[in-house]
Amino acid sequence: MDLGFIIGQVFNGFSVASIYILAALGLALSFGLMRVINMAHGEILMVGSYVAYLTIALVPGPLGIFAAMIAAFAVAGLLGGVLEVTLVSRLTSRPLDTLLATWGVSLILQQAARDIFGATGVSVTAPAWLDHTILIGGQTLPVTRLFIMAVAVAVLGGLAAFLRSTRIGLLVRAVNQDRPTAAAMGVDVRRVDAAIFALGSGVAGIGGVVLALLGPVTPNVGQSYIVTAFLVVVLGGLGSTLGMTIAALMIGLFMALSQIFVDVSLAQVLSLLFVILFLQFRPQGVIAVRSRALDE
Amino acid sequence: MSDLLNLRSVSAAYGNGQVLWDVAFDMKGGEAATVLGRNGVGKTTLLKTIMGQLPVSGGHVYIDGEDVTAMSAHMRARAGIGFVPQGRHVFPHLTVTENLEVGLSALDRKSHTGPKRVPEMVFDLFPKLTQIAKRKAGVLSGGEQQQLAIGRALAGKPSLLLLDEPTEGIQPNIVQQIEDALLRVRTELGVAILIVEQNLDFAWSFADRYFVMQRGRIVKDGKTAEDPVETVAHLVHV
Repeated sequence: MDLGFIIGQVFNGFSVASIYILAALGLALSFGLMRVINMAHGEILMVGSYVAYLTIALVPGPLGIFAAMIAAFAVAGLLGGVLEVTLVSRLTSRPLDTLLATWGVSLILQQAARDIFGATGVSVTAPAWLDHTILIGGQTLPVTRLFIMAVAVAVLGGLAAFLRSTRIGLLVRAVNQDRPTAAAMGVDVRRVDAAIFALGSGVAGIGGVVLALLGPVTPNVGQSYIVTAFLVVVLGGLGSTLGMTIAALMIGLFMALSQIFVDVSLAQVLSLLFVILFLQFRPQGVIAVRSRALDE
Repeated sequence: MSDLLNLRSVSAAYGNGQVLWDVAFDMKGGEAATVLGRNGVGKTTLLKTIMGQLPVSGGHVYIDGEDVTAMSAHMRARAGIGFVPQGRHVFPHLTVTENLEVGLSALDRKSHTGPKRVPEMVFDLFPKLTQIAKRKAGVLSGGEQQQLAIGRALAGKPSLLLLDEPTEGIQPNIVQQIEDALLRVRTELGVAILIVEQNLDFAWSFADRYFVMQRGRIVKDGKTAEDPVETVAHLVHV
């Protein structure tokens, strides 16, 4: 078998994993902290994609993509914050109702996108500097995919720095470890919830920008990634950011490498089987976390 | 009502199971009181109800004359209640310093001016905390965790400190240190203390008043200076 092809597939695996990381990070954050499964998360990705489309139309040129990321982070973060304050925070003790309510929001957002932008997709024109390939170690690699990996690494690094060195990051870690005690120390846990939900949504918005670079933006664009994003969160250990990152890499590489032998559809089936088998032997996921969600 | 804490006919329940029945008492600023009773009589529930971790099913809680019955736990912390929960509940994956910094959240109140910094008094009371400042709380010994839990509550400069069995599972020399520290908290900082305790000698050594609970009610109360410890021992020990 051609070694170059295998290396190419490994590269693809990392690139797909980067998208999963951006899509799943918000889910992992909100589940770890609040035990909330946000069914509208995929549509927040979709909103990020449409914001990218609008921003790049307004700000053409090489820096348009960065403007799009900032705008998508802000709009998606705001949307997430509003969703948390108006809906999710009122249903926190009723997980099943949260699931249904956020599913309703997801349908509303999809229909809204259909009404505003039409059912057929719109295309985002990537800046010219992304539209290249470069040769590394005898491999021709598309710059877009390298850019996506860099975005995922930057977001993960930024988030780690935020959680480690800011006051709100400290409070998030405290609430995650022991919610009732954090409240008894004067921490406004509701505000921490809202902040982290908004942050997770903002990250999903950046994920949406990245998706827009890979294909047409449709009202259903979030749906195609959200199932795998949920898988990544479960496989990672429900709420562990590190576990989620490792899980995204595992699934991304598994999908890409299995495509050496089988076609894409079968690779997806095999990746589901892989997750099921993995959880049979390690039900707690890659990294077992003691968070509020799992203590109860 | 110029008292620091007033409980009026407070009842509390876990689901359908009522645990507290018509509990009422008052505490003044700087006072020390102890809640005694056998396991399962509702002592921890009482503290959680005062802290706001458990909603009341009836009655009212007042702090400084203000009705806080509908207030969430974090607002009560900011109103001046410090809490040292049973089992210490330090944040295991945070360092000692970070644990203390979380305690500063209680300073988010209008009456607080000046910088939000862990008071020197905390390190003065528990010098060990300076030595272990960078260690994760989860790896500390029980005694160290207890000192941290008390320090964390004091970081928020409370006017009332609630402690739930602070000597449970702690070696005797540390118990003495904690007792000395609590005496100083009371005399030097003027903080009122309400302590749930099974260790009668420890409770009697610094509390002015005692309340004995049975089946979710206060069945006996008095002053520790007037009643010898033997008068309640049979109500507390099995």
